[in-house]
Amino acid sequence: MKNNLVPLVVLAVLAGLPLLGLNSYVMHILILSIMWTLAGMAWNLLGGYCGQVSFGHAAFFGMGAYSAGLIHLHLGLSPWWGFLVSLPLVALVALAMGSVVLRLRGPYFVLATLAIGEVLRITCENLTDFTKGTLGIMITRTWVEKTQYYYIILGLALLGFVVCRAIVHSRWGYYFVAIREDQDAAESMGIDTTRYKTIALTVSAMLTGLAGAFYTNYMGYIDPGVVFSLGEISILIIMVVMVGGVATQWGPALGAGIMVILAEYIRSLPLIGVAYQTMFGVLLIVIIIYLPNGLVGDWPVLRRKLLRRGATA
Amino acid sequence: MSMLEIRKLSMFFGGLAALHDVNFDVRQGEILALIGPNGAGKTTLFNCVNGFYNPSEGQVLFKGQPISGLKPHKVCQMGIARTFQVVKPLSRMSVFDNVLASAFLRNPTRKGAQDVADEVLHFTGLWDDRDQLSKGLPLGKRKRLEIARALATQPEFLLLDESFAGLNPAELDVSIDIIRGIKQQGITVMIIEHHMKVIMAISDRIVVLNFGQKIAEGSPAEISADRQVVEAYLGEEHGA
Repeated sequence: MKNNLVPLVVLAVLAGLPLLGLNSYVMHILILSIMWTLAGMAWNLLGGYCGQVSFGHAAFFGMGAYSAGLIHLHLGLSPWWGFLVSLPLVALVALAMGSVVLRLRGPYFVLATLAIGEVLRITCENLTDFTKGTLGIMITRTWVEKTQYYYIILGLALLGFVVCRAIVHSRWGYYFVAIREDQDAAESMGIDTTRYKTIALTVSAMLTGLAGAFYTNYMGYIDPGVVFSLGEISILIIMVVMVGGVATQWGPALGAGIMVILAEYIRSLPLIGVAYQTMFGVLLIVIIIYLPNGLVGDWPVLRRKLLRRGATA
Repeated sequence: MSMLEIRKLSMFFGGLAALHDVNFDVRQGEILALIGPNGAGKTTLFNCVNGFYNPSEGQVLFKGQPISGLKPHKVCQMGIARTFQVVKPLSRMSVFDNVLASAFLRNPTRKGAQDVADEVLHFTGLWDDRDQLSKGLPLGKRKRLEIARALATQPEFLLLDESFAGLNPAELDVSIDIIRGIKQQGITVMIIEHHMKVIMAISDRIVVLNFGQKIAEGSPAEISADRQVVEAYLGEEHGA
């Protein structure tokens, strides 16, 4: 199958990378990039294909992260079980949320997502007996070196890639895009829009939760201000997809790589390093004006511009 | 047999009666035209049938079953498809994908849905445009895409909202043939139209609305001879 060739080559290259003996900082960047690719693909399914923009994916990321942390804290289980615990938990919250707010159209869903992320962060900060509040939860990491974590997140991202790809090419995927393009038309085509938007939200939330559960295991420490963060999680996920390409297969991966490297680079700069979120904001404005479909989506336009410049120079 | 029964249907928007106590039947297999001046309530009636509006009073029965108050997707699943006066193409999808998305309704597998989409695209003459993004189509073809998408849901009853408006004479002929073909497939059609030549050519019966009320019902010949209709809508030359 020609269609599967590119993903297989990419997978082979990624699987081979640790064999090069990269130093642990480079491995760290790669792991974060792949983690954000997973979250980006998840957001893209809902926001890109189904057209329902979420400003609150930190809610699902944080729930995944806290699933792993809390079962360790209270039950003494390995935080790796967090993956399994997070899936039904996140799905339940997404289903409940979707069946209520996805009946409405327009900005209501956006506002609801924004609210749920913040509600969970504040709840988590104040339920100090249960979550240890702003102190956060510390776990003992399973491995010191990065290689194992790299392969685990690569496997999860592969799962996310396969799930999203299968959905996008199925009946569900067509329904998602139909809903994005015109809800009245979609309804008169027999599509139960509330139901399919809720499906998109639930799958998207579950994949984001997996990324969150991985985060706990990999970083070894979580607190509400980080994993439920509006700026560092919810907005960053959107940035990943916007920069890479909305409703494209490879957009989230490209966007994740760029955003992780950019974040590391800007933060290392003297003086302006602390203002990296401001820089992201400026970047987002530039992207929306000049590349509204992201690097992958607007690649044909971009290439033409670059070629023309090359010709005149 | 009556396919669709409109019973004492009223729709109020605040104090305005967009439809008031409208009664008529659409018989199985016929083409019924709904005509009347702008603002007469034609599209409102369509919206009451397809579920966008829940009628204030009265009922719509489809094959004897009440459908008022059902959601649009339920109504479509029962076998009533519609097109829109202001076309609603799924812009960033190809013509083929527009129709395919509709065909999934009764064909969950991709293969089955593709077969239906292929057939519908051939039937509506859009096969050569199948790979185009639908926003790039000229108006005539976008109107036909509306029909194609409705047909791909494999309906028993089709609501066509001004599918001929803005078409040039050549496109008109194509669309007339398509609608006759739809009737031959045994699909019942209710059509809103202003183009009198088309109406007289294709419709079996005509219902005339004016200010939300039914003022006449009958064959094309009867309608063009009706004094009230001539005064309200057709004007002298048609009535003569």
